Amino acid sequence: MIVAEQKPITDILDMLPEGKRILVVGCDTCVTVCLAGGEKEVKVLSAALRMAKKQFDEISGVSIERQCDGEFIDEIREQVAAADVVLSMACGAGVQMMSDFFPDKPVLPALNTLFMGSNEGAGYWMERCLGCGDCVLDLTAGICPRTRCSKGLMNGPCGGSENGKCEVDPENLDCGWNLIYQRLKSLNRLDAMMPIRPPQDWSKSHDGGPRKLIREDVQL
Amino acid sequence: MSEIKSDSNLEKLLAKGEFVVTGELGPPKSVDMSVLDGKIAALSGAVDAVNITDNQTAIVRISSIGTAFYVMARGLEPVVQMTCRDRNRLAIQADLLGAYLNGARNLLCLTGDHQSFGNHPQAKQVYDIDSMQLIYMVKQMRDEKTFQCGEEIRNNKKSDIHEPRFFIGAAANPFADPLEWRVSRLEKKAAAGVDFVQTQCVYDMDCFRRWMEDVVARDLHKKVKILAGITPIRSLGMLRYMKSSVAGITIPDSLIERFEKTEDVKEEGRAFALEQIEQFRQMEGVAGVHIMAIEAEKTVRGIVEDAGLLPRPQAA
Repeated sequence: MIVAEQKPITDILDMLPEGKRILVVGCDTCVTVCLAGGEKEVKVLSAALRMAKKQFDEISGVSIERQCDGEFIDEIREQVAAADVVLSMACGAGVQMMSDFFPDKPVLPALNTLFMGSNEGAGYWMERCLGCGDCVLDLTAGICPRTRCSKGLMNGPCGGSENGKCEVDPENLDCGWNLIYQRLKSLNRLDAMMPIRPPQDWSKSHDGGPRKLIREDVQL
Repeated sequence: MSEIKSDSNLEKLLAKGEFVVTGELGPPKSVDMSVLDGKIAALSGAVDAVNITDNQTAIVRISSIGTAFYVMARGLEPVVQMTCRDRNRLAIQADLLGAYLNGARNLLCLTGDHQSFGNHPQAKQVYDIDSMQLIYMVKQMRDEKTFQCGEEIRNNKKSDIHEPRFFIGAAANPFADPLEWRVSRLEKKAAAGVDFVQTQCVYDMDCFRRWMEDVVARDLHKKVKILAGITPIRSLGMLRYMKSSVAGITIPDSLIERFEKTEDVKEEGRAFALEQIEQFRQMEGVAGVHIMAIEAEKTVRGIVEDAGLLPRPQAA
């Protein structure tokens, strides 16, 4: 899922114009699961805005299935029309999609979008994928070196790996390559450590303009 | 290793079977030349070549290549350090052409310290390629005479190929984790095309000896010249700090005890460095020492002299 966290309330208040009608819009998919921008968070943030020193004409809230999908955005056209400003609690993709749909309306971000990751336990999320466009997980025992190694190394651990931890944060950060090594070992696949992996083709990653995926097989 | 691949003095000495000595020079953080001149004076004639660090610990300093030119003009042979942290493959290859044009012949290929350790922790890291890929790229430029993209190194289709020919070095850490994979990592660097390695500074001689035995058992010392790293101990605080806070350096308790007992730590540090050099000279597969006396360059000549390694031999 996309993992995000709410911006500090002071930042949100700074970007909202006083005396206007604010519509807070949640998103029921990723940011609901990571407890940052779902229906519940819309209510909490709306309440916080109502209690703020800064005065707004009206604070209302709504949440839709996905802000990154026009089909669901259409459902709230009337509510958006009745507001002066939209405060989106979606990830960056949702905020931008909403801006495209309502070009004459300011759409402001209430969250900082962080990463693609997993839920590791109560209140704990971790980045798992960079979206580099060239997956190597078949070679690295299902652990991404680009994401898990602090330097994104592709050919084994550097000299800063000690007791299974990365020197960048020896208390909290596992050495990604130590994880890969230990799992390859348990899979009896240590031979996979030896081939020299060539430089990555970064043209498949974010390298200028948004990447697009066009599938003719599912186009109408 | 008999075939000479570059025009490097260091390579020629190693090919002759000399026990080589390399030093290390950290460029200063300003353009105060007096600091640099002092370090050059301290190391001239005491070592065969000197590593010029590349924004070490991710702190901005005079560039490795710029300092290398300055050092070379004053008669010292540089080993240009090149990290993958600050440059992508375009910048690295362009800088290598420029370094070669101006006379640099030794290159040390490094991953580079993470930017969070330095004075610009908010900088964007590059790591377009890693140290293994860098070694391979420099070898490709030298031996295949092509850039990383596969294009030949020449100005146009009709002109001759003029490739940069570096003596290719890298780092090796026998003490980092996974410990059991450390010789394999050297083997991988050998396969990528490295000619010599300088090891992390050795304090745990038993651990280093075991690593070397495995290196020799795999015949890697015949493919790669191995220079053992030494950082002379200057204070108890330094020793304790390295034990507690520097990843990838192993310091045995017995060594701490030895230095706690002594009254003159600097003298004991010198004596320990000399003992180490003697042990390395006796050890099969060790082709020289790399003395990293950062900010203590003045101590190097005395150590090399007392080890009986002066004067340094000439290549030709």
